[in-house]
Amino acid sequence: MFGNLSDRLIETFKNLRSKGKLSPADIDATLREIRRALLEADVALDVVKNFTTAVRDRALGDEVSKALNPAQQVVQIVNEELVKILGGEQRKLAFAKTAPTVIMLAGLQGSGKTTLAGKLALWLKDQGQTPILVAADLQRPNAVNQLQVVGDRIDVPVYAPEPGNGVGNPVVVAKDSIKHAKQKMYSVVIVDTAGRLGIDEELMTQAKDIRKAIDPDEVLFVIDSMIGQDAVNVAKAFDDGVGITGVVLTKLDGDARGGAALSVASVTGKPILFASNGEAMDAFEPFYPDRMASRILDMGDVLTLIEQTQKNFDETEARAMAEKLAKDTFTLEDFLDQMQQLRKMGSLKSMLAMMPGAGQMRQQLDNFDEKEIDRTEAIIRSMTPAERRQPKLLNGSRRSRIAKGSGMTVTDVNSLVNRFEQASKMMKTVAKGGVPQMPGIPSIPGIGGGFGGGKSKGKNKDKKGSKSGNPAKRAAEEAARALGQNPGEAPSGSGSAFGLG
Amino acid sequence: MAFQFWKKKKQDISETSVTSVAIADAKVAGISSNPAASSEEKLEAVVLPQRSAKKGIRSLFSRVKFDLENLDALEDTLIQADFGIDASAAIVLAVKDQAKKQGAKTDKELKQILAAVIEDNLDHPGKALNLSDGNTPYVVLVVGVNGVGKTTTIGKLSNWLVLGGFKVVIGAADTFRAAAVEQVATWAERAGAALVRPKQEGQDPAAVAFETVDEAIKQNADVVIIDTAGRLQNKADLMNELDKIRRVIEKQAQISEVLLVLDATTGQNGLAQAKAFAESAKVTGVVLTKLDGTAKGGIVYSIQRELGIPVKLVGVGEGIEDFAFFDAKEFASGLVD
Repeated sequence: MFGNLSDRLIETFKNLRSKGKLSPADIDATLREIRRALLEADVALDVVKNFTTAVRDRALGDEVSKALNPAQQVVQIVNEELVKILGGEQRKLAFAKTAPTVIMLAGLQGSGKTTLAGKLALWLKDQGQTPILVAADLQRPNAVNQLQVVGDRIDVPVYAPEPGNGVGNPVVVAKDSIKHAKQKMYSVVIVDTAGRLGIDEELMTQAKDIRKAIDPDEVLFVIDSMIGQDAVNVAKAFDDGVGITGVVLTKLDGDARGGAALSVASVTGKPILFASNGEAMDAFEPFYPDRMASRILDMGDVLTLIEQTQKNFDETEARAMAEKLAKDTFTLEDFLDQMQQLRKMGSLKSMLAMMPGAGQMRQQLDNFDEKEIDRTEAIIRSMTPAERRQPKLLNGSRRSRIAKGSGMTVTDVNSLVNRFEQASKMMKTVAKGGVPQMPGIPSIPGIGGGFGGGKSKGKNKDKKGSKSGNPAKRAAEEAARALGQNPGEAPSGSGSAFGLG
Repeated sequence: MAFQFWKKKKQDISETSVTSVAIADAKVAGISSNPAASSEEKLEAVVLPQRSAKKGIRSLFSRVKFDLENLDALEDTLIQADFGIDASAAIVLAVKDQAKKQGAKTDKELKQILAAVIEDNLDHPGKALNLSDGNTPYVVLVVGVNGVGKTTTIGKLSNWLVLGGFKVVIGAADTFRAAAVEQVATWAERAGAALVRPKQEGQDPAAVAFETVDEAIKQNADVVIIDTAGRLQNKADLMNELDKIRRVIEKQAQISEVLLVLDATTGQNGLAQAKAFAESAKVTGVVLTKLDGTAKGGIVYSIQRELGIPVKLVGVGEGIEDFAFFDAKEFASGLVD
């Protein structure tokens, strides 16, 4: 989700981070990149213009120049403005005081209304409601049939008095469905309507008539997250024509940057209530504007990450580690310690997802198996203290003993030892002044497959000696500085090689 | 637009009737000289009914005044039509360049230049459907993300081909979405095409595709159209499934066309869609649907320029006849009208 937009902004912020102070020219350059990123993400042009103006005004204001770290402040501003547009606080679905609550779905053809009707019904059912689906799409071939199949799958009744395929009056069906629901004591009525174009006056009038007939508590505008610039026109047309109360964003499991979310929220001022993100009936969740903005930025959670890192990562231990690295006495024992340190900070996967730049490896993250750490841990724990300190001792018979002891195979043991050797070689380079690590992309030796620490080598030599704007990385640098070393040459890898920087 | 389409003619039909069909369209001549025609079966020319997409193409310039001074505003206009940042900038540059060369100043002259630039970049020698080499059944595979209008497209295309005299068999290989088979069945009936259904619910789509081609060969059909489930292009497993469908079909027949159906409202993600589908399904053409809305479908410009995949067909409404060949000239001039 939003991976590409995040990646672009990160590219932008990389330049920002490397500078201590921001000039108006810096801000403008950044905003140009942000503008481009947002347009490539299909955010509507007018929305982009307003957005960049708002960010610029704030970025040039006092709050930045007085801030300790101006670059971070700009990130914060962009984040806050994104949240503002996405709807600020999260709004919950409005329920009627007296049942049934009536929810009407409207949108373009193919936006995913029928599937969404099912997902919404299942979600409500799981919350103890008794929903009923209403087949008021009598236009599209077999829409009624589709809703019935969906209803069957999730075990929710479907009110479908008309066969559809052009037969029957959707206004009448919708109206009758409310009576039916009252009679049968259903708590929520979800009315699926036909897809229509905003400029189709006849069908928009029909939608208005349905709305009048059922007086819904919510009119949810369902929109495909892949939609382009036209999102603005469509959203306006539906808001003016039918009057929407909220928005549902569908197909978010695709790789579309989803700028439509920003456009629609900004143009209609209506909150995005739900996000639909998969083909399964339960692939559906409330939409969290702040979470989504953080995600768009791929930077917001860095603040959380810094907090967690500072709380959990023992500074003295970090210092000791840095010393060890400098002396090239890094052993498998230390390796294990490192991993346990990481563990304290919670699930590694969610930690990694918070990392700036994680967008670039989101796919690898999805394939990443948390259990891999358990296995690595098991292997190391099956070694004797001597073996942990001197992996060179590990001959064939020791390896096969370790494999047995840890329930793994000799191949697994071999590959761990190999990865460890590579890692310590890499760290030797760090200690000698190289920076074998991409900013923002933590390399994780010892963990299945790794994230390619090696290939990044040499790519960022210009980073040497800089004070990192990335707070997590800077924390590592501070630790190194405490040892009296130049941060650029220092083993900032103490943390970062293990996914902290 | 006179594209040439051919279907196989049974042996018992005499040579003369072929000629009489052929002269129905003067441009469709020289049947017997077609090298693909086998000795037993002659090819018969197919003339599809006239269709136009004109009603779906809306002008870019409902509000913006277009003159030499605000050519930069043109860039914004193009961006708002989903042409994308880079393509929009490139078009503006080309228009400026041409305007200078030709000394164009008036609104009308500039619009003509803009139309010419767009047309030049969208015109493609391979924009016709590849239904002419005589190797029937011609297999057309229809792919795309969810909700773009694949099934509707199949209904319209089948109807068109049937009216032209092709015998069409549709394979309902969307075995995933609820009631997708029923939906395509309704369209098949409307279009007058035969339908091969899955033997059981959730059957492997490749198996359905195989059976469809098998059935088409048995029935001596001219065109096979395979409906597939909508899939998002970042789902590797589902994309691999398309490759499998391809391979299975190719055991019995060659695939003439792989049509990527693209919703005209799609933004820049359309390019990612085209790239991914081109890679796993070897897309040969784009069908641009829902052009009757307010969306302009500018993303096809980048798709054609960057990937070389031509737009072949456009959908402009919910009616079975709201469908036409893509005409770059019609499209470009419609945009500036």
